[in-house]
Amino acid sequence: MSVPAKDLKGDKKKDEGKVRPVILESGIEIKPVYGPEDIKDIDYKRDLGNPGEFPFTRGIHPLMYRSRPYTMRQYAGFGTPKETNERFKYLISQGQNALNVAFSLHSQMGIDSDNPLAEGEVGRVGMAVDTLKDFEVAFEGIPIDKISTSLTINGSAAIMIAMYMSMAEKRGVKLEDVRGNAQNDILKEYIGRGTWIFPMAPSIRLIADTIEFCARKAPKYYPVSVCGYHIRESGANPVQEIAYAYCIARAYIMSVMERGLHPDEFVGRFSFNFDIHGNIFEQVGKFRAARRLWARLMKDEFGCQNPDSLQMKMIAGGGGGGLTIEEPENNIVRGAYYGLISALSGTQTMALCSYDEAYTIPSKKAALISLRTMQMLVEEMGLADTVDPLAGSYYIEWLSNEFERRIKEEMKKVDSQGGMVKLVADGTIQREVSLQAYVLEKRLQNGQIVKVGMNKYRQEAAQEERAVEFHEYDSKTAKEKIEELHDLKATRDSDAVKAALERLRTASQGKENLMPYIMEAVKTYATVGEMTDAMKEVFGTFKEPVNL
Amino acid sequence: MSGRRIRVLIAKPGLDGHDVGAKVVAHALMEAGMEVIYTGLHQTVEQILNTALQEDVDVIGLSILSGSHMPIAEKLMAGLRNEKAQDILVIIGGNIPKRDHDTLKAMGVAGIFPTSTRFETITGFIKERVKVQ
Repeated sequence: MSVPAKDLKGDKKKDEGKVRPVILESGIEIKPVYGPEDIKDIDYKRDLGNPGEFPFTRGIHPLMYRSRPYTMRQYAGFGTPKETNERFKYLISQGQNALNVAFSLHSQMGIDSDNPLAEGEVGRVGMAVDTLKDFEVAFEGIPIDKISTSLTINGSAAIMIAMYMSMAEKRGVKLEDVRGNAQNDILKEYIGRGTWIFPMAPSIRLIADTIEFCARKAPKYYPVSVCGYHIRESGANPVQEIAYAYCIARAYIMSVMERGLHPDEFVGRFSFNFDIHGNIFEQVGKFRAARRLWARLMKDEFGCQNPDSLQMKMIAGGGGGGLTIEEPENNIVRGAYYGLISALSGTQTMALCSYDEAYTIPSKKAALISLRTMQMLVEEMGLADTVDPLAGSYYIEWLSNEFERRIKEEMKKVDSQGGMVKLVADGTIQREVSLQAYVLEKRLQNGQIVKVGMNKYRQEAAQEERAVEFHEYDSKTAKEKIEELHDLKATRDSDAVKAALERLRTASQGKENLMPYIMEAVKTYATVGEMTDAMKEVFGTFKEPVNL
Repeated sequence: MSGRRIRVLIAKPGLDGHDVGAKVVAHALMEAGMEVIYTGLHQTVEQILNTALQEDVDVIGLSILSGSHMPIAEKLMAGLRNEKAQDILVIIGGNIPKRDHDTLKAMGVAGIFPTSTRFETITGFIKERVKVQ
């Protein structure tokens, strides 16, 4: 049935009075309708380019998921390396094609399982690792030449990377063929997450050591994954998420350049870790803008020419901050949309937070639902059929432009205040982010931001926990792990351990790359704690600037 | 009522580095007129006890998201008994499943405020339970 034109006009006028303002989390105000006027300044070749071409707005590969679907990499690990190995094998048997290791908190902090500081933590939130032996057990029977592994590790990353590589070498894989990546982003740990050990300067040195070592010896390995993710989860908005991550990446690049390497020799092995919860279109605009801006930054600021350096590669996943503790099954639905966002944004790798994560280590069932979600998007729903399907949308292109402009502005703000390293050292960024978290929480509590089932349509008497199967922490895990550690210590060559640790300590006082020394110590079955302590003696520990 | 304001120590025990909740609640308590001391990350229970006694606080608020709230609470409550400082009100926030609430309360934890608790619930509880002279 057709409607006379004058009625339509009348309707529009009537409706305009009712239009509520929409302001995205990033502070961008959104109009109800977008059209050609909003994107008239876009030059296709300059601003978008074909997929796989500069500035990579549409994706880093010409055929994207048609030639290589995103990698599925659920975060997993708990208890002993043996238990983790079983979960890895289960996920692989269900079609997961990459691994992402969760480490026990004490291992993340460079503390051994038998240290009193690790009490109650051994194997609780991830796999407990003390020595190379643990890596051997965790990856036993896993085809490490086919399955790439990501290590979610930061403060003790240099040690864990060395352990992974030593394990691979023992299995006959040459260093130059070892694949995988590590998070290894300490600056964001000072801002969010908090698993820092050493002060900032030696921590950044260790990251530069791993980057330089990989560039020279293990060129297929991605030594750093710069995380906007945790900064956003700590309260930053999506614009700051990208801006701060890029400022951090820039700090690492400059610290490696001081060693005489050109960015084109190592930036191609940087990757990023970004967050996917929130407004669907806002995130897609964010990722497209981020890809374009990275290419432009690397080209204009660092003179990069290697296409690999210009391509922003990412794991866009997680989304924990968007999930609710109320009515946990709703998180399955949220996770599916976050997966959609990630796929529409051209991510290289995806992982989804599981619906029970606000309560417990994901159960087998929850982890499987997340994996199935990612598989469904590719194999049932057509998300892998064509590249960058939202390109050309008036709204998405306008939003991508707006994002790029705002990210650049935010980066300038950081630079004008003295740069990222200074602002993290004096706690400015942490304060900014936590104040924003407070404002965000207030907006949630007064209903300005809606979370269905939590602050709207809430069921007061809901018994949420029945929907969740708790992962029971077993104190026997710690006992078992500590006994194994003591057995191993009794059988290793303690003179070799002592000598390797002494060499590591001495090298820490100088300027040499520490990776060869760490690799050597790892191979004597020195523990994570022993190596960390050797470096701590020289470096000291980070003093947190506590300002609310 | 005159004199000093309610003094609260917000503490992050153990190795867990997720401090958004701790900082956000600290801001809410300050806005509600309380004095807040924040410990920063990676505190041992002994360090938290010492700070609480030195700063003469009325309330200790623990923020725990790693799942290790039971052993930590047990240790802190024992420490307070040893120091004869049971008058300090202990509250816990974070990822605290309902099934642990009764056990925590039996240990002497006065209030449990899991993730997504409203600010006024926490500030109201503290104001009601702490009688400041």
